[in-house]
Amino acid sequence: MTVDQPKYKTSDEVDFVIVGSGAAGGILAKELSTNGFRVVVLEQGPYLTEADFTHNEIEILALDKLTNHPKLQPTTVRKTPDEKAKPQRALVYGRCVGGTSVHFTANFWRFHEIDFNERSKVGPIAGANLVDWPITYADLEPYYTKVEWEIGVSGLAGASPFDPPRSKPYPMPPLPVKSSGVIFERAARKLGWHPYPAPMAILSQARAGRSACVNCGFCLGFGCEVGAKSSSLVAAIRVAERTGRCEIRPNSYVHRIETDANGRATGAVYFDEKRNTHLQKAKAVVVCANGAETPRLLLLSANKQFPNGLANSSGIVGKNLMFNSGGVVTGQFEHPLNDYKGYAVSRVLHDFYELDPQKVGFCGGGGLDARFDFTPISFAFGGLPPGTPRWGKDFKAALAQDFNRTMEIFCHGTSLPVENNSFSLDPDLKDAWGLPALRLTYKDHPDDLKLGNWLFGRANELFDAAGATKKWSFPPGEQQFGVHLLGTCRMGNDPKTSVINPDHRTHDVKNLFLCDGSSLVTSGRGQPTMTIEALAFRAADRITALAKRGEISA
Amino acid sequence: MNELSRRNFLLRTGTGLSAAWITANWPALLSAATHAHDAAKAATPPKFEFFTPEEAVEVEAITARIIPTDETPGAREAGVVYFIDHGLVTFGADDQKAYREGLPELQARVKEIFASASKFSGLTAEQQDAVLHSFDEGGPTARRAFRARPGAQNFFDTVRLHTIQGFLIDPEFGGNRDAIGWKVIGREREHIFQAPFGYYDKDYPGWQSAAKEADKT
Repeated sequence: MTVDQPKYKTSDEVDFVIVGSGAAGGILAKELSTNGFRVVVLEQGPYLTEADFTHNEIEILALDKLTNHPKLQPTTVRKTPDEKAKPQRALVYGRCVGGTSVHFTANFWRFHEIDFNERSKVGPIAGANLVDWPITYADLEPYYTKVEWEIGVSGLAGASPFDPPRSKPYPMPPLPVKSSGVIFERAARKLGWHPYPAPMAILSQARAGRSACVNCGFCLGFGCEVGAKSSSLVAAIRVAERTGRCEIRPNSYVHRIETDANGRATGAVYFDEKRNTHLQKAKAVVVCANGAETPRLLLLSANKQFPNGLANSSGIVGKNLMFNSGGVVTGQFEHPLNDYKGYAVSRVLHDFYELDPQKVGFCGGGGLDARFDFTPISFAFGGLPPGTPRWGKDFKAALAQDFNRTMEIFCHGTSLPVENNSFSLDPDLKDAWGLPALRLTYKDHPDDLKLGNWLFGRANELFDAAGATKKWSFPPGEQQFGVHLLGTCRMGNDPKTSVINPDHRTHDVKNLFLCDGSSLVTSGRGQPTMTIEALAFRAADRITALAKRGEISA
Repeated sequence: MNELSRRNFLLRTGTGLSAAWITANWPALLSAATHAHDAAKAATPPKFEFFTPEEAVEVEAITARIIPTDETPGAREAGVVYFIDHGLVTFGADDQKAYREGLPELQARVKEIFASASKFSGLTAEQQDAVLHSFDEGGPTARRAFRARPGAQNFFDTVRLHTIQGFLIDPEFGGNRDAIGWKVIGREREHIFQAPFGYYDKDYPGWQSAAKEADKT
């Protein structure tokens, strides 16, 4: 689909250059261009559309058509800062217009009040850098509602007694329940728990020129070929383009924010597809490159004036990384669930969102969801019980018996912020453009592992109550790989302990704003994208107000 | 069902699909459909592009032990060897080396274990399994990752990966001939589905709040 866009010259000082077009960048592009500003969005990946979103498991999953590529963008991994990091894939994120929102599962939970004030409620946690947010749930509530209505979330208000207060119901009813959801709901109720229809950023009804979900079954990991999944691509970028003030420039890999003698950002430097370098000038820069690439870009932008990296006077850029804890318990049932049909998750429960640390012996909480997120090939490699032969007659028989009879309970939980957990620049390894590669340092806080084990216990109880014929899991281990990339440029009022203020403005550079998973102060209980998008709507309001008061260009 | 007929199918059913959306996206859909249609036609080539006919016989024999033909069809009937051959000159070109080095090694291993034999494809099924077991370094079932991303460590692993891919991939993309692999695992070939989906949701009475449940008990 082609939409007429303006073509700005790089020398043309636009109002905002936005780095990244994902969950946050897409919404900021929509809001700022709608508010009358001239916007250029620089996206490192290609501009793909529905016609590119096939069911080709090899192209999409194995060859990373929609995601960062480990050969072009290698990473290194270690557990603690005194180790030498080894080359290993550390993360997956969306690398196309729309970013990770193109391929995500689309679980859209709001954070609860506790996620904003947990430090005040539970006190200090040894080994964790847990602090309260400078904003509250009430501050963000109107923007959660905005996400539900403007981006498109299906769900049932009031169905979970643990839900935080809301100002409006969901704009659409929940998607149809799956067999995994019914099994989960019945068993959870037997146990006295409170399952409810999962809030999903997938349309249950046609809306805003987009189709309702057609239950094709190629959902997690894939782009939606009918525009039902509420990605930034279909729900925000296209609105931004229709303003006539927003240019989306794909294949543009930003690797430096330029600053002037006054310490102000002047624009973003990027490689185009042919690796020519350009500087897109702008009155202000908004970085929405995700919780790994945003801190990397600030560190890559170090110069004489900012020797530790841009906006890093605190020294915490890249630190306090949170992945979310948890894992999967898998179960099998007597009759076919046919859960390969439809989207991934139809039922959730939040009875364990807020646990009492005195009783359970750790800080944090979580949610359980009922899902099947395998496609046929990925099931053959990851969905069979341990001990199944890897090939031959018995392997084939297991595939034939199990593909339709399997479901998963995904346990999602808190990751506590730990200062050593970080993304930084690898001192040796370079990416395909010759830039320092991302280095992951990560060792889960002991409470996160205790929480994961505790949630696994609940998932096992649930499978027992459901009458599963078989169930298995791998105990939650230390994580070396992330898809939720949170907390690395956290928000706060104190420039010594945070990177951005509550307006998403960096403490150090007045016309530089950051908004994405890096802004989060806590990890929530496992589903961050809804909050990233609510923050983006709120950031757009704050940035617009600042600009209209003349407080950005001054 | 090829890409063109799939799009027509989507249009005809209109299940939940917005006519406005289809209209808006028609040029892009048509372009993708034409491309995939051509690709689908090319996907079962009349002759091999990478393997010699002799090599193809050997590779097909391996695939037929990984997913054998028994009461139901296997890798052979699903045309997996054609998928692998085409893959090795397209998306899987990086794996050419594994086959170039692996096939002679297979030959040598066959002779080493069964002195009188010369070709893998000439062995009995039991003998073939014995040869493959000597290649298979095994290891535990992969942990559940964010996405199952199988890493092929050696020749056997590479053929195993490609065989499973060729057996289970969406037939639009050059393997899984006539959706044979999907039939074996019980996956319907339809492109889109409607609830109810399975045994446990077919008699679901609709959502009832927990309060209502509590009233009943």
